[in-house]
Amino acid sequence: MAEKEEDVKLLGFWASPFTRRVEMALKLKGVPYEYLEQDIVNKSPLLLQINPVYKKVPVLVHKGNILSESHVILEYIDQIWKNNPILPQDPYEKAMALFWAKFVDEQVGPVAFMSVAKAEKGVEVAIKEAQELFMFLEKEVTGKDFFGGKTIGFLDLVAGSMIPFCLARGWEGMGIDMIPEEKFPELNRWIKNLKEIEIVRECIPPREEQIEHMKKVVERIKSA
Amino acid sequence: MAERSNSEEVKLLGMWASPFSRRIEIALTLKGVSYEFLEQDITNKSSLLLQLNPVNKMIPVLVHNGKPISESLVILEYIDETWRDNPILPQDPYERTMARFWSKFVDEQIYVTAMKVVGKTGKERDAVVEATRDLLMFLEKELVGKDFLGGKSLGFVDIVATLVAFWLMRTEEIVGVKVVPVEKFPEIHRWVKNLLGNDVIKKCIPPEDEHLKYIRARMEKLNIKSA
Repeated sequence: MAEKEEDVKLLGFWASPFTRRVEMALKLKGVPYEYLEQDIVNKSPLLLQINPVYKKVPVLVHKGNILSESHVILEYIDQIWKNNPILPQDPYEKAMALFWAKFVDEQVGPVAFMSVAKAEKGVEVAIKEAQELFMFLEKEVTGKDFFGGKTIGFLDLVAGSMIPFCLARGWEGMGIDMIPEEKFPELNRWIKNLKEIEIVRECIPPREEQIEHMKKVVERIKSA
Repeated sequence: MAERSNSEEVKLLGMWASPFSRRIEIALTLKGVSYEFLEQDITNKSSLLLQLNPVNKMIPVLVHNGKPISESLVILEYIDETWRDNPILPQDPYERTMARFWSKFVDEQIYVTAMKVVGKTGKERDAVVEATRDLLMFLEKELVGKDFLGGKSLGFVDIVATLVAFWLMRTEEIVGVKVVPVEKFPEIHRWVKNLLGNDVIKKCIPPEDEHLKYIRARMEKLNIKSA
């Protein structure tokens, strides 16, 4: 059967928040896609050929266009499928969404997980440093249902895939309560709001499997 | 009563030798946007900088109508959307996305790897130089048949990649290793010449002599031997 030009393919990994956020975006906009699960340890020739620069998932293929890097993919999706916009229209609001998304992936992720797993200065210090970063996010979401306002947006997809449905499962495996409700009431409220959304629920890795997966990731970090 | 300042007030907190700061100046100048430049001492950060960028405490920070924006790639996109003359990002969604992709690649891969060359010696340094060259090969290939990374004219990726042309390549002399030899990277060298043919670029990059002096002084301070 001949392939339609409109076909969208997504190469991903089930436990990767970077993959999951792309799925959320596609589902949010009602875009049908073919999902191709990748073995990220034994990378397929397809993956290496299609993403020679990074050799990583997720990779989106659309009309022969090949895109990698999740933030870049999300912006592309938002430009091609204009319904249910993810990024704000206002240039300043958009800049803020992009800024905080970068912050989540480049700082929160590494500090709140890798550094905690390594615990070079002890777990308590690592947790304290991570919580300082979460305080910024706590402020950002104060008074809002979602980072995007009344509906989920770019930052919700990035922070949502990363924090409650990836890092949190890692913390559970480590026996750590990183963002307790007393300290982070707004973030916890945001997480509750996220869980109410069907497409979010459809796009998150299964809990128990991911807790196990994250435990293995911690072992790898500790032995590196 | 004194006249209120223009509502289009644009300030840039930056640093004269920083590629991340200079790229913002290039974009603003290309679009004819007047701005007030506030030179920052990054070794002794001002309370203004800490107030405007409490998260990262880094330059550049653009302040437009009192609202601060940090992270140079985010600032560049903001500038392109706010001042529509001389667009720096392509219109086509795929081309636009690729411009963002390559810009991230320059900052997150090339820059990070190339920085590791400084202060290393022998086999360790050779390995990092090799790694940097492998990454630069992607840019080399992108430039085949093009005057600029943006195509016929200067674009987003060119502005970001000035980091390669006027920082990475300038420091070769000081670090004592030709990371980007012309035999291996003829397209990149051709592209640098094209960049230097552009008045805005010429105006907005740090003056070479002062720049080299500054880099040598910094390396001395960090106890790194220079060639």
